[in-house]
Amino acid sequence: MGILEVKGVNKRFGGLQALGDVNLSVAERTVHAIIGPNGAGKSTLLNCLVGKLIPDSGSVMFDGKSVLGRKPHEINQMGISRVFQTPEIFADLTVLENVMIPCFARRDGAFRMHALRSVRSEGGIRDQAEAMLADVSMLEKAGAHAGSLSRGDKRRLEMAMCLVQEPKLLLLDEPTAGMARADTNNTIDLLKEIKDKRPITMCIIEHDMHVVFSLAERITVLAQGTPLIEDTPDNIKGHPKVREAYLGEAQV
Amino acid sequence: MLGLHGRDLTLFLVVTALVVFAPVILNPFPIGSSLAQFNAGYPDLMQRFVIYGIFAIGFNILFGLTGYLSFGHAAFLGLGSYAAVWMFKLLSMNVIPALILSTVVAGLFALVIGFISLRRSGIYFSILTLAFAQMMYALAYSVLTPITNGETGLQLALDDPRILDGGERPTSLPVTDLFGLEMRETTVLHMGSWEFTIGAGYYFAGILMLIAFYLSIRIFRSPFGMMLRAVKSNQNRMNYTGLNTRPYTLAAFVISGMYAGLAGGLLAAMDPLAGAERMQWTASGEVVLMTILGGAGTLLGPVLGAGLIKYFENIFSKINDGVLHAWFGAVPDGMEDVLVTVFHPFVGKGWHLTLGLMFMAVVIFLPGGLVEGGTRIGRLFRRRGRNAGGAEAEAAAKHPAE
Ligand SMILES: Nc1ncnc2c1ncn2[C@@H]1O[C@H](COP(=O)(O)OP(=O)(O)O)[C@@H](O)[C@H]1O
Ligand SMILES: [Mg+2]
Repeated sequence: MGILEVKGVNKRFGGLQALGDVNLSVAERTVHAIIGPNGAGKSTLLNCLVGKLIPDSGSVMFDGKSVLGRKPHEINQMGISRVFQTPEIFADLTVLENVMIPCFARRDGAFRMHALRSVRSEGGIRDQAEAMLADVSMLEKAGAHAGSLSRGDKRRLEMAMCLVQEPKLLLLDEPTAGMARADTNNTIDLLKEIKDKRPITMCIIEHDMHVVFSLAERITVLAQGTPLIEDTPDNIKGHPKVREAYLGEAQV
Repeated sequence: MLGLHGRDLTLFLVVTALVVFAPVILNPFPIGSSLAQFNAGYPDLMQRFVIYGIFAIGFNILFGLTGYLSFGHAAFLGLGSYAAVWMFKLLSMNVIPALILSTVVAGLFALVIGFISLRRSGIYFSILTLAFAQMMYALAYSVLTPITNGETGLQLALDDPRILDGGERPTSLPVTDLFGLEMRETTVLHMGSWEFTIGAGYYFAGILMLIAFYLSIRIFRSPFGMMLRAVKSNQNRMNYTGLNTRPYTLAAFVISGMYAGLAGGLLAAMDPLAGAERMQWTASGEVVLMTILGGAGTLLGPVLGAGLIKYFENIFSKINDGVLHAWFGAVPDGMEDVLVTVFHPFVGKGWHLTLGLMFMAVVIFLPGGLVEGGTRIGRLFRRRGRNAGGAEAEAAAKHPAE
């Protein structure tokens, strides 16, 4: 039994079958990659896991509990964090505040009204946030306006915001899209380090095969909303069906 | 001190000093001088400054922090006034029970109206709050006449029960008090040709405004305040960070409703009558103007905005053609008439025009309101100081206080 069990999930958008009978099992403490051409339904699948979309049929179990019918914040509190394809951060707040907010969410739950306590008196939360920023080498930018960061830094910040929650499952939607080579390599190193240091499971959607083969222990290939095959990276590399459906067009 | 740090403490102390010395600061012109009509240091007007200050400070907690633009906050102001007058009629002329009920009633209504309106955001939220307020205005004006006394407005009467004030029926209408200290009580200080009026009602309202201001600073600097700013910035990210945005916005809505209720109660405490027009959409719009003019999301902005608008409404509106003629008396007659004609539309009854132009100028050139204007001027001076070669000024600019 994996920590995440997706069974028979279907999702239609009007006439388009975005997901057709998707089954997926992600084992605890592994990195599982989902690859597939544009429009294959990868983001749609993630959206069904975090409560952004509700599948038309099928079941999604996380840690033995169904996530279907729960609101996004409830699913997050169960231990699933998500990095978006375009970074979702608090652009009007400082970098440090961006990381403090998930720390508060983790300590205080979905709602807590500390209206007369000063943020200054929250030393523990601040330390935690600063340590996380140090981990992603962004501490020197702690006071900066998050909206003024470069695209690469926004992605790193969003990752820090997810990681500081110490989720059981981290979902990453194309975390290196639009990054320069050096930034991509930094991200790979960061994710490797996290995986070694923490008891975390990751589910990563990625276009960059270099990233996929550096990180993933299992790979699922999705095409037109249906999983074609699921296997280890080595077996996937040589698989003719995969070459035809995906690798052939993506130029490894 | 007081749980405030650095700049916040300075700001609070400055505002406290302004409130304490307002009767002097706002009366800079000697009586009898031609400028005496610009003196704003009389209790009636100063009360309005601080009461509308409370209204705007509360509104800013909702609008400035979360970005939810309520267009119906006057409903809570009116509710506060009705609740207070009822307390004066039924219980006692003491303002304390009246203000408590004003705040609580407004809070309860805010809970219900907020719960429903906050299901939508953006323009739909604004329209929902506007609809609620207009509904309440219409009800107060007609259907609920037994409670609100409709068109005439709710007033005190000689035969009101006032159970805590002893059973005797007074021969004249009683006045509001704070454990015996009458709100209308004033002392006039004469200093040469200057005259300063110290009013009990003003200082009572002023102290409440300082408490309201203090609490708003605490809220702004709290984890709760940070969450409200996060709501404004990115609700999607909040949800995917495990935070439920709804109770946060609802709490902000209720707090701002309670501030409005307190302000409404204070208006009635200073002048015990309540009318439906206090709930009208123009009154809701006014608090929006105050907040934006002063600087939404800033601590001081709403207070400045409220003061400025009330000053315009009460002082600027008094400049008539006679005054203009007196001003331009020195220029040749033909010129004088031209100048008076040019200025005429902007003063007196035309104060709305001047205010409107000023509002447009602020929104276009100073989106951060008057507070941003002040900050820019401050920065300009600092830069000047540095150009003059002051190493000290440079250091100060590099390490601005907090
Ligand atoms: N909210 C939506 N409404 C309608 N169609 C959608 C929606 N989201 C995705 N789709 C469609 O579903 C298909 C799968 O999209 P997506 O999951 O984003 O693909 P991928 O992430 O694999 O590139 C695409 O054809 C896309 O246009
Ligand atoms: Mg996608």
